[in-house]
Amino acid sequence: MANAQPLLSVRGVSKAFLGVSALENVDFTLKAGEVHALLGENGAGKSTLIKIITGAYRRDEGEVLLEGTPIFPRDVVDAQKLGIGTVYQEVNLLTNLTVAENLFLGRQPKRFGLTDVREMNRRSRAILDTYGLGIDVTAPLANFSVAIQQVVAIARAVDISGKVLVLDEPTASLDAHEVEMLFSVVRQLRARGMGIIFISHFLDQVYQIADTITVLRNGRLIDTVPVAGLERLKLVSMMLGRQLESGIKRTIDPSTAKTEPLVSLRQLGKRGTVDPIDLDIRQGEVVGVAGLLGSGRTEMAQLVFGIERADSGTISVAGAPVGMTSPRKAIAEGFAFCPEDRKTDGIVGDLSVRENIIFALQAQRGWMRPLSRGEQEALADRYIAALDIRTSDREKPIKFLSGGNQQKVLLARWLATNPRFLILDEPTRGIDVGAHAEIIRLIIDLCEHGMALLVISSELGELVGYSSRIIVLRDRKMIDELTGDRISTDHIMKAIASHGATGEAA
Amino acid sequence: MKNSKYLPLIATFVVFVLAYVICISVFPNMLSTRVAGNLLTDNAFLGITAVGMTFVILSGGIDLSVGSVIAFTGVFLSVILRDTSIHPLVAFVMVLCLTTAFGAAMGATIFFLDMPPFIVTLAGMFLARGISYLLTTDSVPITHPFYSTLQEIYFVMPGGGRLTLIAIVMLVVFAVGIVLAQRTRFGTYVYALGGNLTSAQLMGVPVAKTTVGIYALSGFLAGLSGIVFSLYTSAGYSLAAVGVELDAIAAVVIGGTLLTGGYGFVAGTFLGICIQGLIQTYIVFDGTLSSWWTKIVIGLLLFGFIALQRGLMWMSERSARNMRHASAVQASSA
Ligand SMILES: Nc1ncnc2c1ncn2[C@@H]1O[C@H](COP(=O)(O)OP(=O)(O)OP(=O)(O)O)[C@@H](O)[C@H]1O
Ligand SMILES: [Mg+2]
Repeated sequence: MANAQPLLSVRGVSKAFLGVSALENVDFTLKAGEVHALLGENGAGKSTLIKIITGAYRRDEGEVLLEGTPIFPRDVVDAQKLGIGTVYQEVNLLTNLTVAENLFLGRQPKRFGLTDVREMNRRSRAILDTYGLGIDVTAPLANFSVAIQQVVAIARAVDISGKVLVLDEPTASLDAHEVEMLFSVVRQLRARGMGIIFISHFLDQVYQIADTITVLRNGRLIDTVPVAGLERLKLVSMMLGRQLESGIKRTIDPSTAKTEPLVSLRQLGKRGTVDPIDLDIRQGEVVGVAGLLGSGRTEMAQLVFGIERADSGTISVAGAPVGMTSPRKAIAEGFAFCPEDRKTDGIVGDLSVRENIIFALQAQRGWMRPLSRGEQEALADRYIAALDIRTSDREKPIKFLSGGNQQKVLLARWLATNPRFLILDEPTRGIDVGAHAEIIRLIIDLCEHGMALLVISSELGELVGYSSRIIVLRDRKMIDELTGDRISTDHIMKAIASHGATGEAA
Repeated sequence: MKNSKYLPLIATFVVFVLAYVICISVFPNMLSTRVAGNLLTDNAFLGITAVGMTFVILSGGIDLSVGSVIAFTGVFLSVILRDTSIHPLVAFVMVLCLTTAFGAAMGATIFFLDMPPFIVTLAGMFLARGISYLLTTDSVPITHPFYSTLQEIYFVMPGGGRLTLIAIVMLVVFAVGIVLAQRTRFGTYVYALGGNLTSAQLMGVPVAKTTVGIYALSGFLAGLSGIVFSLYTSAGYSLAAVGVELDAIAAVVIGGTLLTGGYGFVAGTFLGICIQGLIQTYIVFDGTLSSWWTKIVIGLLLFGFIALQRGLMWMSERSARNMRHASAVQASSA
């Protein structure tokens, strides 16, 4: 019966921004009880299609049918009422309100004209129970992890809408366990007969959860195919329109191991954050950092960069000890740090792509010595080309770029400072497979030109591809250092999974 | 952890109790309902407008126009009552409609023209003050018998203190304000706007309506405060209530509301008003201190509270982060 009439169908939809076309004549069909993945490169138009379905953008042409009836959602709220709920790339709830208030914002139960807080909390508990989430609903949302916030967002969307659930890169900042928790929720909703649209750049996850895949490229529909039996290489070439060169693996030059370390950490740590760590990083070396979210990966990077102050140990740069008390100091030493959370830690939405790229370099030079316009433009153009940043021009405000392209701009910002030591925290998150390869190639290239890199990543396969050495963190401790043949995903997984095996750390 | 949002409120309460204890130990006479009654009466107009200011600040905005609106209200009432035979009650309704509409217009400008509240309400401040000057530059006494009737209404509290009508109006406004903030959709929307505007929009908060509503409320309460002020002074003067907006903002911040919005309580503002009132009363009792000491102490308190809030924010961010780690580690070892 689900086959008789699709739950949602999009026919011939087009959308242009200021004359630049973002979607052209796209068809898309979602059935009830189906998880439908929407894939494509950064800027392919996935988010734009979603925003048209959910009423955030008005379509220029074409029609959207929900259960056979044409719909014209005026805005997100309108779409919600029609039955289409959305959870965005970055969690969009209100962290200053309680969990219950977030679930019921705008539809709080009332008694005598006033909000019935007790009833609201009771119902919130009941809703979250169905997802197996027994949290305190009267606590502010800010107290909970991103994964839990994400589930709350889903619970809200489902409770309001109940027909179509749109998930735009919901897993981008979750670790493996959290993703599993989210997926069990998604499966449960699929079993209830909802239609779920899922956008992700993690192909493993797509294979894990999706039934059907639709691929977009440059705003056009490439194809809609069932997942079963779809070869991965075929899928990637559908997305890129070309073959991906497979298996980038860096050949490690053994001579670097003998040079003096550029950066050495000796017993560097901070109580309650990261246990003391010893680590040497040489020029021309990529040190990979593996570990689950919350294992202390990001905190370690923050210690090295002076964002958090260490309370034990020392950092030396080229043999001389440095008091790493602030990011300014770190930058003065030629360090650069590209953080993982682009929304809060980096992007200045109203500034142009050019301004965002020169930002750190300008700050480093001091605002008294401005870069000339010509220099700025040259720099911007260079990185737009090098990282394949999809933007109609360099003066476009960065907030109008797709999520993945914003990420690339952030990376360009730090590369532009030409650092000797670069820390990358999840450099490929939210970035499409094609650009993944670009960024990995860039990392290898930088390293070959003598830069020292510390790269944190959850993409173990990639980490193995470019790292000269990999350190593994767990429970805020460095538990292993993998070198030579031991650099493999297997060994990383084993190290993370092993219990109390600290003796191996060299 | 969970109650960290109450911490600024608790801090304010502690400061209030401390201030009270100090006052009483120096001037035992201050422990009387008479003093309490006077304190409430003297600060009634400030308290009423501070409730409006609390909503504005909770939503992440600011309203600099309230002092001028209070002056305008007084001038409007005094001129109307002098030149026409309109009954004061009718005049009250008229002026409340005007000030509410004025606030709503500012809210609409802020939202639809996407202008910073600071600028819009600054313009509103000049505008309202200017119109007051146009009406009259003199201090116009109000002699209507109905005014005397209203001024005579009071409850005698045990101990002989008088709870005047205007003090009662302020207490009622606070009570209604608390309910409005904590127990209505509008209240939650106000917090939502202060928390994150984009998220609020995506979650279906009627941002336009709420923004207009917030400034309309502030305008209404400024008008009500103006009426109370005219009852308090029996006159209307275009130069009155200069700087009251700043006193109101100070009361809100001392009351523990975050200036950037999203966190705070109407009840805190009440404590903020009481602390300001206590300082004034102390100075009156002392007799030798210049009244400027009020400003100095309030300045210091403001510094203290803003520092406290920074500290709290910093601490709660840290502990939230640690909690998240704890839960992530738990998940990973599960
Ligand atoms: N509001 C806007 N104004 C101008 N251009 C826009 C706007 N929104 C999107 N675009 C452009 O439309 C194109 C498609 O963007 P979209 O966000 O749909 O990509 P996406 O497939 O979601 O990419 P990603 O994987 O990086 O999130 C991009 O070139 C983007 O710059
Ligand atoms: Mg997107």
